[in-house]
Amino acid sequence: MPDQETESVAASCWSCGASLGTGSPICSSCGKVQATSADADYFAVFELSRKLNIDTKALERGFYKLSRKLHPDLYAQAPVQEQQWSLDQSSLLNDAYRALKDPVRRTEYLLTLEGMKLEPEKGDAGKAARAPADLLEEVFELNMQLEEMRMNRKMGEDDPQLRQDLVNAKDQFEGQLRDNDIQIQNLWAAWDTAVDAGDPSQQDQLKTQMVASLDRRRYIRNLVRDVNETLES
Amino acid sequence: MTSIVGIDLGTTNSLVAYMQGEQPVVIPGEDGSNLVPSVVAIPEPKTVIVGHAARAHLTTTPDKVIYSAKRLMGRGLEDIQEELALFPFRIAEDVQPGEVLRIQLGDQQFTPPEISAQVLRRLKKNAERYLGTAVTKAVITVPAYFNDAQRQATKDAGRMAGLEVMRLVNEPTAAALAYGLDRQKDGIVAVYDLGGGTFDISILKLHEGIFEVIATNGDTHLGGDDIDNLLIAIALDDLHGDLNVDYRKHPEVVQAIRREVIDAKIALSSQQMARISVDLPDGKVYRREITREQFEQIIQQVIDRTKGPCLQALKDADLQPEQIDEVVLVGGSTRIPLVRRLTDELFHLGARGKKPHTELNPDEVVALGAAVQAHILEGGSAATEDMLLLDVTPLSLGIEALGGVVAKIVQRNSTIPASATEHFTTGVDGQTNVAIHVVQGERELAKDCRSLARFDLKGIPPMTAGLPRIEVKFLIDANGILHVSAREQRSGKEAEIEVKPTYGLTDEQVETMILDSFDNAEEDFQQRQLIEARNEANTILSAVEKAPANAAWNLLSDEERSQIALVSEELRLLKDGDNLELLRAGTGALDKATRRFAELMMEGAVASALHGETMESAGEKLGEGPTAPHPFAPAEIKRDSAE
Repeated sequence: MPDQETESVAASCWSCGASLGTGSPICSSCGKVQATSADADYFAVFELSRKLNIDTKALERGFYKLSRKLHPDLYAQAPVQEQQWSLDQSSLLNDAYRALKDPVRRTEYLLTLEGMKLEPEKGDAGKAARAPADLLEEVFELNMQLEEMRMNRKMGEDDPQLRQDLVNAKDQFEGQLRDNDIQIQNLWAAWDTAVDAGDPSQQDQLKTQMVASLDRRRYIRNLVRDVNETLES
Repeated sequence: MTSIVGIDLGTTNSLVAYMQGEQPVVIPGEDGSNLVPSVVAIPEPKTVIVGHAARAHLTTTPDKVIYSAKRLMGRGLEDIQEELALFPFRIAEDVQPGEVLRIQLGDQQFTPPEISAQVLRRLKKNAERYLGTAVTKAVITVPAYFNDAQRQATKDAGRMAGLEVMRLVNEPTAAALAYGLDRQKDGIVAVYDLGGGTFDISILKLHEGIFEVIATNGDTHLGGDDIDNLLIAIALDDLHGDLNVDYRKHPEVVQAIRREVIDAKIALSSQQMARISVDLPDGKVYRREITREQFEQIIQQVIDRTKGPCLQALKDADLQPEQIDEVVLVGGSTRIPLVRRLTDELFHLGARGKKPHTELNPDEVVALGAAVQAHILEGGSAATEDMLLLDVTPLSLGIEALGGVVAKIVQRNSTIPASATEHFTTGVDGQTNVAIHVVQGERELAKDCRSLARFDLKGIPPMTAGLPRIEVKFLIDANGILHVSAREQRSGKEAEIEVKPTYGLTDEQVETMILDSFDNAEEDFQQRQLIEARNEANTILSAVEKAPANAAWNLLSDEERSQIALVSEELRLLKDGDNLELLRAGTGALDKATRRFAELMMEGAVASALHGETMESAGEKLGEGPTAPHPFAPAEIKRDSAE
């Protein structure tokens, strides 16, 4: 994909006929709410390019500003069609804000938009996701310990050594999670540079790296969560 | 111009409020009381008693009275086992699991929305009498933690009562709005709302008039009722021990005890000790003293149950207790000193030299906030300028996937309106239907979540398995209610959806329950017709007053103008009288006298449209089509006729 510019069809306001900017929710000349355009993506809602470092304060200001124009409360007395458009526009706005304000969700959204496939949060029908190759051994060990811990629980026993082993393993995985987060942040910066430079092959490479990094992050987080649940229960 | 009222439809009490100028005020009932107890008595078919008067029937004919019906809204038989053990709800014997509940009152059966509709109708009448105009639109509050079915049931109740529900607002958020009117300050606010039957905690971020809810949590089975039930159980145990009589089977005695323990509970918020005294049927009297200390020991377990939701809400909001700038207490149960101590500890208030906000009456603040929201929906004024509420959905929305696991599609605490798009396909060649099960809740398995509805996507063009691509859009609107639409993308065909709400009424069922058909009180009906006729008269009279300003007025002959003046004067006199027939005739006469003027005005509007004005502004001049019998002015309810 050479350029991120979405193709746009020149649209015009249903009410006053003035021409509209791409995906513009409100007509700038008469102020009427418009239908959502089929190709509206979350970055476009905030008139942002597809970059990963975002000024979240500015994003929040934009969200409030648009909410004041689009929220259904402002259309309670409007004709039914405008009420519907306001509902569509403000749900799009809310969905976009939710996805973009969190950097991880923002990355996931960007990658999906770019046609990449991510491992689902929960594998299909609860099937466990695949472990990253370099972690196989540690994960195997951890799962054995977790199983033992659960068995102990059932029998009403407590093994302090096992408990300590699990806490140690958890600390270790949390450390890896932090390392991984730093790596992701570096990828964001690299991505933004590649976008500015208009370097598609670099972008493709970064996309693949980001997918791997996010999958790894999700995998380790689930592991840590499992350990926490087992320790607390 | 108030035409939308704000209603707090509570478990124990309900209220109606409106914006009087720049201030929300509660509208009192005929008896002067601001509160209408949410109690409905139907002592004989076609006689409905609501409020304080219905309460009196609790000790005489308890089998024909229902209270706390809100606990049954949008629920099924299997949801209410806990309730049935504690409340004297008489559920019709033939109700099956998965059906909408029906309550047995004497020989008759009513669904929970029908009971709530009676309460709403009382509030509607109170407002109409007080304002002197018809009231047909309302904002109604619901517990923030209400699920889709409970919200839909509340909306249905409004419709049955003849009210267009303009918005469902979450109770804690409404309270924040009521407080926010006076102090437009930025910061983080927690609203702790412990009412008669439900508990909610909401955390909001206030920023230049925007009220953004960032997390909400709660328990729709927790409130002052639970405290009453504990105290009743103790009294019944006492009696069983002392007299060896089980009064559980005597609803009159249980109700008499209930009354006494409620009085004692209220007294103990300001006193150290209270007495309970109940006359028993055999001439004996049950007496007991209870100290505040004992009371607090008894209720600790109930009050403690509010902790978990508060901590979860803080966690979801990613905030520490110290980051909460203000705490607002809402609901009658927050008068209990133990509740105040708990909130102080939870949010480290005293330690930070802070006090919770209790300036507004905790029984009324939700209704006041509903009136503020109603005002915002009407377009607002200086008082509500810049105020905008951004609420969230309290529960995650999911669909049942293979193996009964839930695939979450909208997370809890997402700002609403919110939407999610999912794609489905077929598993068998030529399959034309796909069934989808939608649930709400946080648990992993669909069976542990709340079943909302089952959808059948029908009319999928027969294709090889896996080839159809059906896009289903789930949209949660600003009321927190789910809407679904679907399209088969390969054929571009809109798939037909048949929605089976799990515990809801269908549109057709609601239609048959609209209270007018059940309306018996001839007098009320007359009264309403008179109010409506007066409104019509007012509308046309105010339009006539403005007529001389219109260019079309000069096109009329002197005779036509004096005829209009004469008929207007007559109508003004009739409007103050009580004769419905004459009033209607007078309005008809004025309508006839102004018909040519209306036509001239319409022609003028069309002509100016042809002179290059946009169709839109011409449309505004024309109004939204002819609103017979007054085609030349959009309906308008004048405020000066109020009070």
